[in-house]
Amino acid sequence: MIETITKKVGELLESGTIKGFLGLAMQNGHVAPHLYQKGDDLGDMVLGDGERTGDSRYPLNKYLMNIAHAYPDEIFGVLVRGCDDRGLKTLYTWNQLNPEKVVAVGLACPQELAQRCECVQPYPDEIVAGEAAEPVAAASVAAIDDLVLTEKFSFWMDEFVKCIKCYGCSNICPMCFCNECSLKCDDLVKKGELPPEIPVFHHTRAMHMVGRCIDCGLCEEACPSNIPLRTLYKKVNAIMDEKFDYTTGVRRGQRSPLNMIEPVEGKE
Amino acid sequence: MDYRTVLTTCTYCGCGCNFFLEVLDGEPIGTIPCKTSPVNEGKLCIKGWNVHEFIRNEKRLQKPLVRKNGELEEVDWEEALDYTATRLKEIQQQSGPDSIGFLTSAKVTNEENYILQKFARAAVGTNNIDHCARL
Repeated sequence: MIETITKKVGELLESGTIKGFLGLAMQNGHVAPHLYQKGDDLGDMVLGDGERTGDSRYPLNKYLMNIAHAYPDEIFGVLVRGCDDRGLKTLYTWNQLNPEKVVAVGLACPQELAQRCECVQPYPDEIVAGEAAEPVAAASVAAIDDLVLTEKFSFWMDEFVKCIKCYGCSNICPMCFCNECSLKCDDLVKKGELPPEIPVFHHTRAMHMVGRCIDCGLCEEACPSNIPLRTLYKKVNAIMDEKFDYTTGVRRGQRSPLNMIEPVEGKE
Repeated sequence: MDYRTVLTTCTYCGCGCNFFLEVLDGEPIGTIPCKTSPVNEGKLCIKGWNVHEFIRNEKRLQKPLVRKNGELEEVDWEEALDYTATRLKEIQQQSGPDSIGFLTSAKVTNEENYILQKFARAAVGTNNIDHCARL
């Protein structure tokens, strides 16, 4: 699988189609985000598999935005899994990246990873390596939906109370790009106060994940308190799907329903 | 174009979390927690997440300072170490070891803290040693 990706990246770099490729490298014994340029040795390229498949994924699109912002005229390649591809499409819609300046090199996730992620679409639109696995339903959401209301509330409050307000969920998020962040707005979240007010802090972020969250799960992996954030945002996404027939990043050019004032066809 | 992710260890406390500094054309622009680090497994606290912001802070000391005629002056390490060693010896001989105290840091490694307490107790001969986390 890695050979196919390396070959493709080598061709893109050598032909001058792209100026650089943002992927992952094994360096100093660690999986690291890395920008490959023409003439670089691609031998240390990896796909983000540490002890388990896909356990060392990084928000490459987020770093791509930093690089593209500094070099807006250059074209860059980027390694994308299904979630990253949904992210790219959403970032195009939000004008955070220019689709003409990005070449996605697609990697389909194996069924094992799709299962663990409960991924709605574990493959990118254009697959360079790997085979499309089957989408997996969100059992984690269903399990909480089955609880009665008071149990649900206690479940989430017991999780939120563990928060140390590190902002890791937002810092790692490839879809957090606002210049002004609600989590840093004093009216909603008091600066310098610990622990954060619950559930306001987490609900503020959950609200802002509407139409944004591409379900990559990196927030949950970055949480030092192991709060099941992915399940929370999966629920947000499920509501968007149910009420507005909208799944973030699955269809190119589709705008978030909360950013529109027209009625959605077939929905009240 | 020079984009690098530089693996390093957090300087804030003795835990030793690993992260990459995201460096674009020589400027640190972000902190990326290292997911394969056995210490922090891709997680950081709020201070660690913002390390890239203090690196270029102009208030940061980059050279040792020695007070000369009431004013702090930048000196090289050789001079700073010579001055410190000479004065510590003088004070220890004139006023005894307990006239000296050592203040170490939660931002350095366990081993460095060990060395300083060893220096205080064995070389200088005082138990006057504490560190910033108790202030």
